[in-house]
Amino acid sequence: MHKYERAGLQKDDLLYMYRTMLTARKIDERLWLLNRAGKIPFVISCQGHEAMQVGAGMALERGKDYLLPYYRDLAMVVHFGMTIEDIMMSNFAKEQDISSGGRQMPGHYGSKKLGIVTGSSPVTTQVVHAAGYALAGKMEGKDFVCLTSFGEGSSNQGDFHEAANFAGVHRLPVIFFCENNHYAISTPLDRQLSCVNVSDRAKGYGMHGETIDGNDPIAVYAAVKAAVERGRNGEGPSLIEAVSYRLTPHSSDDNESTYREADEVTEAKGRDSITTFAQYLKELGFFTDEDEQAMHDEIQAAIDEATDAAEAAKYASPESALLHVYDQ
Amino acid sequence: MAKEILMPQLGESVTEGTIDRWLVKPGDTVKKYDPLAEVTTDKVNAEVPSSFSGTVKELVVEENVTVAVGELIAYIESDDDDRSDEQATSSTEEQHVQQEEPSDAEPSMKSRYSPAVLMLANEHNVDLKTVTGTGRANRITKKDVEQFIANQTSAKNEPEQTIEKEAKPSDNSSRQATSVTAGEKVPVTGVRKAIAQNMVQSVQEIPHAWTMVEVDVTNLVRYRNEVKDAWKENEGYTLTYMPFFMEAVTKSLQSFPQLNSSWEDDHIIYKKDINLSVAIAHDEALYVPVIHGADELSLKGLAKNLQQLSQKTKSKRLESRDVQNGTFTINNTGSFGSVQSVPIINRPQAAILSVESIVKRPVVKDDDSIAIRSMVNLCLSIDHRVLDGLIAGRFLQDVKSRLEGFSKKDLS
Amino acid sequence: MMGTMNFLQAINLALKEEMHRDEKVFILGEDVGRRGGVFLATEGLYEEFGDRVLDTPLTESAIAGVGIGAAMYGMRPVAEMQFADFMLPAVNQIVSEAAKIRYRSNNDFHVPMTIRAPYGGGVHGALYHSQSLEAMFNSIPGLKVVIPSSPYDAKGLLKAAIRDEDPVLFFEHKRAYRLLKGDVPEDDYVIPIGKANVVREGDDVTVITYGLCTHFAQQAATALEKEDISTHVLDLRTVYPMDREAIVEAAKKTGKVLLVTDDNKEGSVLSEVAAIIAEECLFDLDSPVQRLAAPDVPAMPYASPLEKYYLVTKDKVESAIRDLAQF
Repeated sequence: MHKYERAGLQKDDLLYMYRTMLTARKIDERLWLLNRAGKIPFVISCQGHEAMQVGAGMALERGKDYLLPYYRDLAMVVHFGMTIEDIMMSNFAKEQDISSGGRQMPGHYGSKKLGIVTGSSPVTTQVVHAAGYALAGKMEGKDFVCLTSFGEGSSNQGDFHEAANFAGVHRLPVIFFCENNHYAISTPLDRQLSCVNVSDRAKGYGMHGETIDGNDPIAVYAAVKAAVERGRNGEGPSLIEAVSYRLTPHSSDDNESTYREADEVTEAKGRDSITTFAQYLKELGFFTDEDEQAMHDEIQAAIDEATDAAEAAKYASPESALLHVYDQ
Repeated sequence: MAKEILMPQLGESVTEGTIDRWLVKPGDTVKKYDPLAEVTTDKVNAEVPSSFSGTVKELVVEENVTVAVGELIAYIESDDDDRSDEQATSSTEEQHVQQEEPSDAEPSMKSRYSPAVLMLANEHNVDLKTVTGTGRANRITKKDVEQFIANQTSAKNEPEQTIEKEAKPSDNSSRQATSVTAGEKVPVTGVRKAIAQNMVQSVQEIPHAWTMVEVDVTNLVRYRNEVKDAWKENEGYTLTYMPFFMEAVTKSLQSFPQLNSSWEDDHIIYKKDINLSVAIAHDEALYVPVIHGADELSLKGLAKNLQQLSQKTKSKRLESRDVQNGTFTINNTGSFGSVQSVPIINRPQAAILSVESIVKRPVVKDDDSIAIRSMVNLCLSIDHRVLDGLIAGRFLQDVKSRLEGFSKKDLS
Repeated sequence: MMGTMNFLQAINLALKEEMHRDEKVFILGEDVGRRGGVFLATEGLYEEFGDRVLDTPLTESAIAGVGIGAAMYGMRPVAEMQFADFMLPAVNQIVSEAAKIRYRSNNDFHVPMTIRAPYGGGVHGALYHSQSLEAMFNSIPGLKVVIPSSPYDAKGLLKAAIRDEDPVLFFEHKRAYRLLKGDVPEDDYVIPIGKANVVREGDDVTVITYGLCTHFAQQAATALEKEDISTHVLDLRTVYPMDREAIVEAAKKTGKVLLVTDDNKEGSVLSEVAAIIAEECLFDLDSPVQRLAAPDVPAMPYASPLEKYYLVTKDKVESAIRDLAQF
């Protein structure tokens, strides 16, 4: 029995998984080009996180469970229903940006209809909101779970600990999903934590904790799937730490050569899930080189179209800046 | 068509970028998003991609050159006539600014007086109903009241010394001694305030330069002594020295029209007429009535005009035309015993001359003998924007030679 | 039905009525359950509503943040901060999140949450149980800040806050809890947020104030009647966003304005009132606008004479009104 079968996945699931990961990667690459061409002011990247994001997202039930993501979760929100055009509108800050109508920087995802809860820039605030959503669900007798994600740096914020403790005490169905990419901007892991794993912290809050390979989307899917079940069964929260590597600088404004060696990045690229998972699919016989090329071309065409549409789209009217401070 | 590639903004606070290396050369074919150049900024190192598909036509900026964000770095001859780029740009900049419509139904503010306006009006006994408001809905502003007061003041105009050498300094000081108590705090109002404002404005606005000559007026003094009694008898008033100085100055002004001028922002106006402003003190204020067309008057005419203005000043009958359109001021500081002063220019004129006291002094003559002579200092302040020292010096020399070369006049 | 009750009972009644009216309403905070809150504002509610009155860990940021999450989901949380002084750890959640969620999501999400917090001194609470922190939240568009001045207002305003679609900070003067008593109808009424209230008509001096100081202003006004001084008193009720219209009208009424707060003077919410008057009332003023407030020291001292010196009292208000009347 293959590991994907043990995780309860089928061939189509795996092909969807890869397509979603690849879509996010290719959008991300386009965003960098647009930034370097001077067309969009800012990029914050998901590269290196695609496998864990799609794996975790697929363990949830869209339309029922809630996502409280952080700024790197491009692949996760694409899985949850944001289209390529949605992402482009947001990056060009156009009126049709579904997250904020062009008010927030890109990467601040939110859409009520998609079950993606709006986020901000001070990190880790959303982790507490996840406990709030879960509490509300528990009070209402619902069986949805909330997945909130954050970086390993954010696991030092007070809000992480307050939320984890709150959810632990009240047995709330929250999945604390830590995307450990080894860097908080420039500060490496050993300057962020003195424990070995972020998941070691779970014990202090009376919840299940585990660390998994973030480049393996199936492993991540399986771990989060189990956490979802625990949550639905009233067994409270889980802390799942997926470990990968940030393949780009922190943002389009960051120069990573000031704090890490190029070799280190090159080595990490050898474990890039976009390559390794494609290889895995080919080994399983689910995917050929031709399939891969066709998938690339198809996604690229969609991205080109969405880019043009977003570039040509209109901004919200300047006076609309005054709207929606309060209920009107 | 040729499309422009501009230096992109690479980083939130970045303002310029350096082209490290061009990755293409003219003639190369590029696809949209193909890298064109490696660029370094303060924050990042990056490859700048093409925004168009086409042929590289020209690289405008050389390698290792730093240019500002938004500056042209290359031209691409584009094969697609896709206009989305321009469209997006124009939609970016297409901001419709709503104009605020002025409402015509605004109620009049003519009789809404601010505390500042009320206080000022009260201090100066201004009837606000007679003041024109220039504020919104005709509201009277503090400046409107200040302007109103200033106009009233200049219609009276100013100050402080009389032309009469006979006006005794002791009189002046005793008068002041009675009207001011030491240690008393007196609010600055009315004419005093107007004088203060004019003086401050003049000093702040005009770069003053100053020069002085001493003049031997022995002949003039002798002459005046000879004729003064008869003059008094015939004309009914005392002949002072002032008309002699006025005559000499007027003639010199004809030779040096540069001093009969005014500075007006970006140009200088040379005045056709010579209208002499003459400072006359009365009570505690200084008035500066004007002898119009001084260049057309004889010594006697000057004396007569001066006498009349002096009378009018003392009896407070000066009319506004008596104080307007002066082109040069002559100031009799000698009347209170001064031998040297630095007069402040009477804006917008370009120069002012003080005539100091005539004093007898031993003077070394050209042949090295010493003689007792009647000497006077003439002090001149000029607007250095209009005039330089050279012209001022020549003008004073001209006045000096006229006075020293004085010969008897026909006083008929 | 009308009953006489104190300020605290009015708060308790409002909570109870709203929990009965709407099952989405729930309470969370420290010691709010069995204990009924350290001031007993939630007394009896746990017995009646069970888990809808939730004792949280000691965790102010999570009290605010969990409330925000639940509110975005569709609940109507009423969070209690045990003392206003202790809500500073929650400021990021209140300012970065609650206040901005509607705006940043382009109206997709909103936060119908109430945060109650006892504020103010005069109860020997010293530095950290006496502060007035409303000014800190007085320039945060997206938030509403409500401070009731009587039992009647406390009930009507709290009910309005709970029903409001946006986050409301609801500050209750802890000295008012048992000091202020009054008639409170037992039926359902709400007092609109954002509207000030003329609590007394007069034509010599206008006092603009809020919270417990409204009570002192009314007492002072009554005392000054004997001296033929007629005082107009405007209670702001909502200190953010302010009722500009009512402020301007009250200021114009007498032209002599005294602003009273028990916060310290610099940059208090009344500074904004003074600015509004400066913008709108130049031609109607008959005296400089005056402020009566606590001194500009970090917070209230513990020792009685020092505390008394610090506090705004009825006598201080009275003297300030008299002074202005004589101007």
